[in-house]
Amino acid sequence: MNTPSPTRIDRRLAIKWMMAAGAGALLVHPLAFGDAVTSDAGQPKGYGTDPNLMKPYKPGDFWSLTFTEEQRKDVAALCDVIIPADSQSASASALGVTDFIDEWVSAPYEGNVADRKVVMGGLEWLAAESRRRYGAAFAGATDAQRLEICEEMSMKAADGSALEKPSKFFKRFRNLTAMGFYTTPVGMKDIGYVGNLPLAKFDGPPADLVAKLGLTDEVKW
Amino acid sequence: MPFVTPESTLEKYDVIVVGSGAAGGQSAYTLTMDGARVLMLEAGRNYDPRTETPMFNTPDQAPLRGSGTPQKPFGYFDATIDGGWTVPGEPYTNASDEKGRQFKWWRARMLGGRTNHWGRISLRNGPYDFKPRSRDGLGFDWPISYEDVAPYYDRVEMLIGVYGTNEGLENTPNSPEGVLLPPPKARIGELLARQRGRGIGIPVIPAHRAVLSKALDYKTLPAKLHPGNAKAQRVLAEDMQNRAACFWATSCGRGCAIRANYQSTTVHIPPALATGNLDILTGAMAREVTVDSSGKATGVTYIDKASGREHHVSARVVVLAAGACETTRLLLNSKSALFPNGLANSSGLVGKYIMDTVGAGWGGHIPALEDIPPHNEDGAGGDHVYTPWWLYKEQLAGKLGFARGYHVEFMTGKQMPQGYSNFAEDKGGGTLFGPRLKEEARRNYGSYVGFTGRGEMIPNKDSFCEIDPKVVDRWGIPVLRFNWKWSEHEIRQVAHMRSTFADWVSAMGCKSTERPSKDGTKAIEPGGSIIHEVGGTIMGPDASSSVTNSSSRTWDVKNVYVADGAVFASNADKNPTLTIMALAWRTADRILDEMRRGNV
Repeated sequence: MNTPSPTRIDRRLAIKWMMAAGAGALLVHPLAFGDAVTSDAGQPKGYGTDPNLMKPYKPGDFWSLTFTEEQRKDVAALCDVIIPADSQSASASALGVTDFIDEWVSAPYEGNVADRKVVMGGLEWLAAESRRRYGAAFAGATDAQRLEICEEMSMKAADGSALEKPSKFFKRFRNLTAMGFYTTPVGMKDIGYVGNLPLAKFDGPPADLVAKLGLTDEVKW
Repeated sequence: MPFVTPESTLEKYDVIVVGSGAAGGQSAYTLTMDGARVLMLEAGRNYDPRTETPMFNTPDQAPLRGSGTPQKPFGYFDATIDGGWTVPGEPYTNASDEKGRQFKWWRARMLGGRTNHWGRISLRNGPYDFKPRSRDGLGFDWPISYEDVAPYYDRVEMLIGVYGTNEGLENTPNSPEGVLLPPPKARIGELLARQRGRGIGIPVIPAHRAVLSKALDYKTLPAKLHPGNAKAQRVLAEDMQNRAACFWATSCGRGCAIRANYQSTTVHIPPALATGNLDILTGAMAREVTVDSSGKATGVTYIDKASGREHHVSARVVVLAAGACETTRLLLNSKSALFPNGLANSSGLVGKYIMDTVGAGWGGHIPALEDIPPHNEDGAGGDHVYTPWWLYKEQLAGKLGFARGYHVEFMTGKQMPQGYSNFAEDKGGGTLFGPRLKEEARRNYGSYVGFTGRGEMIPNKDSFCEIDPKVVDRWGIPVLRFNWKWSEHEIRQVAHMRSTFADWVSAMGCKSTERPSKDGTKAIEPGGSIIHEVGGTIMGPDASSSVTNSSSRTWDVKNVYVADGAVFASNADKNPTLTIMALAWRTADRILDEMRRGNV
């Protein structure tokens, strides 16, 4: 299986990447690029190869969801430490990211099944650790307590250390939260994506920006 | 009734076209516009981009935010139906388990095939590309030259609509004046890449893509394309008016409901149907080309997928346009007493010399592009600029260590976020989160630039497909087994691509000190990844060294033609689709000629 990284970009990846407009530690669903699959054995049910693309979709439509009510609360709380509301935009949970992560870890595809293990294990650890430290579920802890535990998880942990798994969980969970957030209209607007509108003509970049970057001559072909 | 059933097909057609993509669409278009009665067989279902394209849907309206899965490898909203590198019920195998020896076979089971989702990059092969062996002693020359194909490139470009410019660069042919549509303006990152590329000797010019940057000139083009054919002109003029110009939104990979880009289903099939000369049978899995006792093809046996029953249709001529590997498979499975090794295979070369495009990439974060004011960068739903291969002279002089070139495609700008990517870099090994994540994302979104190389693979003896003696598909049809091997030329080409791209992002201000590995074996995409597979029934000068002649007719069977990429004797870095269409048009002209003369 390919694990796409910024040093390994093909057009397949590039299309997604272009849409995602990022490269850094690029993290696209690895299954998108597939193995050299030579038989169709073990094709998951999923949404099939011919879903109705015009039909509105909501999480739970194609496969049943996983989280308990308690887990949903913890997931929402964790999402909102990762992407809190600010003066420009709402928090992750307010944009349905909890539901997205639930559908993600519940999906039958290989990559999702792997993520399910990481996320469910991480949530279990988080709930137990929060209870042990603060005597409360993660969602019931104070803002400062939630931040404290997230800061610990956000540090890179040495292999074999007690925080190795929580650290890996946190990174994966952060990535899923960001994916969920920035693929909503609110999240897109937050980072300045202003497309997806029909235009009579395509103007290209604003002239003052072109000038500022010293590219005025490049506009002429 | 243009969409027929197994019960309503005619007794006999002039031509059966197997496949409905770039090759099948072009063949059917050219043949029906000139009055031939054509039956098109398509293994997938009918598909109407006007009603089935999710044009403005955002990822939050899709499962998994629209990200790719094995069932929709390019994402939920990608146009592909019943396709991908795996198709349920339609396996294929690889002869070797070894890494680097695998081939991944992409298919799309739908009317229009993969033209519904392709990148629309439409580059002409140049003069060198038809005579590569004469130039460097490797691979094969085609039995035709650029001059033979040029008039057909002109026609295809006028018909489908291609934006771009004429830059007069080496082996990068100009189109005649007035053929190309104006290119869209370059995006800010593309301009920066152009400026900094110049400093390291790399040219950047407008891309050529099959997207209508303005409406087609329906008043003059039909007469140029169909001189002396009033009906064809009328049909085409009417159809051209139903294609809107691009409205600069939504990715072309979803398909286009306003028919602003080329898909077989938006450009070829509608006018072909309007002639009244085309019947289309979907859900028809071709199994075998049948022959009579004289060795002439009589028609095609297919499985009606809905009922699982076998049927036969007859025609004067059979055109194979199922995609290079499927066409090859069909010939190899067409065994008879006269043709025990498969049809048109007296040379033993059916299935040989399969090629894909060489692919690899590199990118980086460009500080100059941080914090740029929001503006719409959607554009034409794909590349606005590209870099044609620019080191022909150095290569010919033996300075590069690999024999064939590559072109470069770009990813820049604030495109619609779809998958997840780190807009914000994690610093110091930790995972960034909280208010700073949002701030960093705002600053960094759109500040990444990526380059992908698309290079020529030289045909080799170790890359071929054959019938797997043990495995059959859902309908009992023997499947393909692939054999694959890259040569040193491709491996070194990949290393060159990546080191060039790393230099390029540095020239653009990228601060990263990470360098690509000098070993291309780790970076080269597996065979089939780029979905430019061609070869398998290569055309050549004689019946012993090739499967098809310069008219794409099989040497062994005079009424069987191959219209798809299987006839390619080389696979230039240029994306193959435009050349497939040009050759398919040329082949259809030859067929019409032969039919007029009563030879078939």
